[in-house]
Amino acid sequence: MVENRPVLRFFQHLILIVGVIIVAFPLYVTFVASTLTYDQIVTVPMPLLPGDQLWANYSQVLTAGSQKGSSAPVSAMLVNSFIVAIGVALGKISISIISAFAIVYFRFPGRTFFFWMIFVTLMLPIEVRIIPTFKVASDLGLLDSYAGLTLPLIASATATFLFRQFFLTIPDELAEAARIDGAGPLRFFWDVVVPLSKTNMAALFVILFIHGWNQYLWPLLITGQESMYTVVIGIKRMIAGGDASNEWNLIMATAILALLPPALVVVLMQKWFVKGLVDTEK
Amino acid sequence: MIRKALLAALSLAAATAVQAQTEIQFWHSMGGALGDKVGELATKFNATQNQYKVVATYKGSYSESMTAAIAAYRAGNAPHILQVFEVGTATMMAAKGAIIPVAKVMKDADEPFDPKVYLPTVAGYYTDTKGNMLSFPFNSSTVVFYVNKDAFKKAGLDPNKAPKTWKEFLAAADKLKAAGQSCVYTSGWPSWMHVENFSAWHNVPIGTKENGMASLDSEFQINSPLHVRHVAMLGDMAKKGLFTYAGRGNQAEAKFGSGECAMLTSSSGAQANIKRNAKFEWSVNFIPYHDDVKGAPQNSIIGGASLWTMGGKTNNAYKGVAKFFAYLSRPEVQMDWHTSTGYVPITQAAYEMTRKSGYYDKNPGADIAVKQLTNKPPTSNSKGLRFGNFVQGREAIEEEMEGVFSGKKDAKAAMDEAVKRGNEILRKFEAANKG
Amino acid sequence: MEKRVVFQSKWLPYALLAPQIVVTVIFFFWPAAQAVYYSFLVQDAFGTSSQFVWFQNFTELFHDGRYVESFKVTVLFSTLVAVSGLAISLLLATAADRVVRGAMAYKTLLIWPYAVAPAIAGVLWAFLFAPSIGIVTYLLKKMGIDWNWIINSEQAMLLVVIAAVWKQISYNFLFFLAGLQSIPRALMEAAAIDGASPTRRFWTIVFPLLSPTTFFLLVVNIVYAFFDTFGVIDATTQGGPAASTQILVYKVYHDGVKAADLGSSSAQSVILMLIVITLTVVQFRFVEKKVQY
Repeated sequence: MVENRPVLRFFQHLILIVGVIIVAFPLYVTFVASTLTYDQIVTVPMPLLPGDQLWANYSQVLTAGSQKGSSAPVSAMLVNSFIVAIGVALGKISISIISAFAIVYFRFPGRTFFFWMIFVTLMLPIEVRIIPTFKVASDLGLLDSYAGLTLPLIASATATFLFRQFFLTIPDELAEAARIDGAGPLRFFWDVVVPLSKTNMAALFVILFIHGWNQYLWPLLITGQESMYTVVIGIKRMIAGGDASNEWNLIMATAILALLPPALVVVLMQKWFVKGLVDTEK
Repeated sequence: MIRKALLAALSLAAATAVQAQTEIQFWHSMGGALGDKVGELATKFNATQNQYKVVATYKGSYSESMTAAIAAYRAGNAPHILQVFEVGTATMMAAKGAIIPVAKVMKDADEPFDPKVYLPTVAGYYTDTKGNMLSFPFNSSTVVFYVNKDAFKKAGLDPNKAPKTWKEFLAAADKLKAAGQSCVYTSGWPSWMHVENFSAWHNVPIGTKENGMASLDSEFQINSPLHVRHVAMLGDMAKKGLFTYAGRGNQAEAKFGSGECAMLTSSSGAQANIKRNAKFEWSVNFIPYHDDVKGAPQNSIIGGASLWTMGGKTNNAYKGVAKFFAYLSRPEVQMDWHTSTGYVPITQAAYEMTRKSGYYDKNPGADIAVKQLTNKPPTSNSKGLRFGNFVQGREAIEEEMEGVFSGKKDAKAAMDEAVKRGNEILRKFEAANKG
Repeated sequence: MEKRVVFQSKWLPYALLAPQIVVTVIFFFWPAAQAVYYSFLVQDAFGTSSQFVWFQNFTELFHDGRYVESFKVTVLFSTLVAVSGLAISLLLATAADRVVRGAMAYKTLLIWPYAVAPAIAGVLWAFLFAPSIGIVTYLLKKMGIDWNWIINSEQAMLLVVIAAVWKQISYNFLFFLAGLQSIPRALMEAAAIDGASPTRRFWTIVFPLLSPTTFFLLVVNIVYAFFDTFGVIDATTQGGPAASTQILVYKVYHDGVKAADLGSSSAQSVILMLIVITLTVVQFRFVEKKVQY
């Protein structure tokens, strides 16, 4: 440390503590709300200490959804969210690792063309082409299906870009040695490239899992049947109308359930998460 | 030998009977308990016969399910029956080929069908100028006026005398405010209440060509001195703290139910919720009117949704659709729907039946909506409205009204702008649908 | 950058590229091409009648005061989100950079909002600020502030900005922290010996050295505010009141899905695509530069 001034140190901690409190405050209120009865929530001001409805509220939403909005059980939505998040993460990682491999380790006609074809999609989010994409999905009969929920989301270049950058740092000597041993490209891919990429894959997995889990606009359009809702959509469907007519206790319980899995992934896999973030944006 | 052949023939007949059951897809937007009720209707209908099976599916909010149906239609697998909110009526009607008028469905299927048995203000909304019913009225409500009797008592007002005119209303509002009521009045659905129903209730047009029902080239007329005066009054109330704006949907209903606001104008469908939440005495009343307007009060108009038959299906399926509609029109089915959901009954017979059952005596206020809708025989100003892309049109009106309520715009400028914007939307719709 | 050592095969690279190319063509190029095509059409909702109108949808947009308004809203919203988000995160990162004890705990407690879906962030904040039952609304009323974002457009904007920034702080924080930690200690120590105060050191040494990170985050935050905040807005204000929080991407959705005006919505998509492509080019230039040093 440059200096050791107690006053300065005090302020640093103060700033951080205030920051943590502000960041955590909504989560705390949400949790408290998820343990109260409906009547307690609509009293102004609502209590700021947890109530005794924790079990009642959570078992209600997990098994039967809400009573006024959507009555689909949240447990089924969580399963859907898992399938979509894992599908998006694995799908993206697998298609992009092989395409990055092709681009880095081969010279072939059209290489530059394909390269740009992929990279032009780098920053174009699904939101801006949402309606035609919806029509394509509907023409292909993908509405209300897991394929429809995941496939359009794996068409993005972020992961390919990351793998490309990483492959460029793999020493040429390794490929040279493989060639001398008579190993073909696929052998080299499985025995050298994939093991070396493990950390990158883990890091990407964390980011893409969260990305898939948190999708909103696309599932909102493509799911009609309650059985296909993801949990983020489920919450939206529980918010029927006005302030107090919503069953906020149940909505908040669902919100906690919806943010817990990705939050756990972030906290428990922090090291990879940070690496994934910083790497994808390099 | 003969016995065997007979058995074979019998089992074959049984098999075809099962196979011949035609599925009828029905997409709706009724969530939660209402959705369960719709499912129950389908199940009960399926039990009355064995040729058709109505499959009811919840498809999200009105606009989401309409989007899904549009996409499905373009992809060639639309449902047979689609529930569409009232503002989508013109869009559906203009889509030639995409929909089949109910009158035609019933006629082709030889189902007995007399449009006169339906309440004129309910059926009129979904009927063309030649008298053909286009879509089947399903869940209809209207705006009514709710009063918190306890708050009235506290303010020294007669709790059993709700204000009848806006003049009386203002006087009561001042007293409530003086008695310390933090929120005096709020309203749901601002355009539906304060422009659409307001116009019908005072027998003035919302737009030319019979409120757009006669043809596509109509124009809005909601910047008349009466409209401007009314919106200005609301803006003035907002400034004085007598009117609390609560948004474009039903958010206001919660503010009334919690006791925060003493007076509310909103959907008659809000009663069930208020009954559940309110810890005070309250009443349902006719919406107020300006007593210096000749002919007021006329009758109010409906909101809600109707069932449209989508095109491109088999004749056999349409027979099933017709049967389902006929089933829904039965008085006992309507009475059950009316009393358990709070939507108004669609036929005169169902209303009479409910009245005779003593339901209204036990649930005072439940018949106010029907009484208000049938207050007088509807005129061309009060039978309904049909404007192209009214989803956007209503939004334009509401945006301008919000400008007045927040004190940013004066009423005349806002309503002029609403007319201008509304007409642009109408012209665009006309252009898109002329081909 | 190219590899010296490469493999040879006539078919393999194409086979390896095929899945990504197929998905990209079906769900990216084809819809994008359709958006361009639709932007030249006027159609009714069901597509039963449609006319080719050349650039009419575009000219109408630029004559439409509300589209111009939506542009202004988007610029205001993005600026507020980017500037306040970066300022708060930088403050937190600077504090965390110096802390020895509990650094990991602070970090963990600050990064989790990254995992929250924008739509859920919107729901949480909408609940806190709900006009009649919100706990923050209650506190504000006690302080004499009349809080009702349903009608007050400034408050509505404030609400969506708070929700959007809250979710993005963790991301900015991590990048700033990484940036700060890569600044050589020796540099700071030398400046401290010269008698420069901590504040002065921050502005003369740290801030300039962080500028690549700041610039990068600026672009990322603008893109975030442009697109990823859709969920925040849909879960709170839905663009209201009076379109005062209707950002461009929300308008695309609204006009196309809710109002069933496919032509205008597609024209807006095309304009948005052009904006994104510009941003991408800026970002790429930056990446290239960064690679060079």
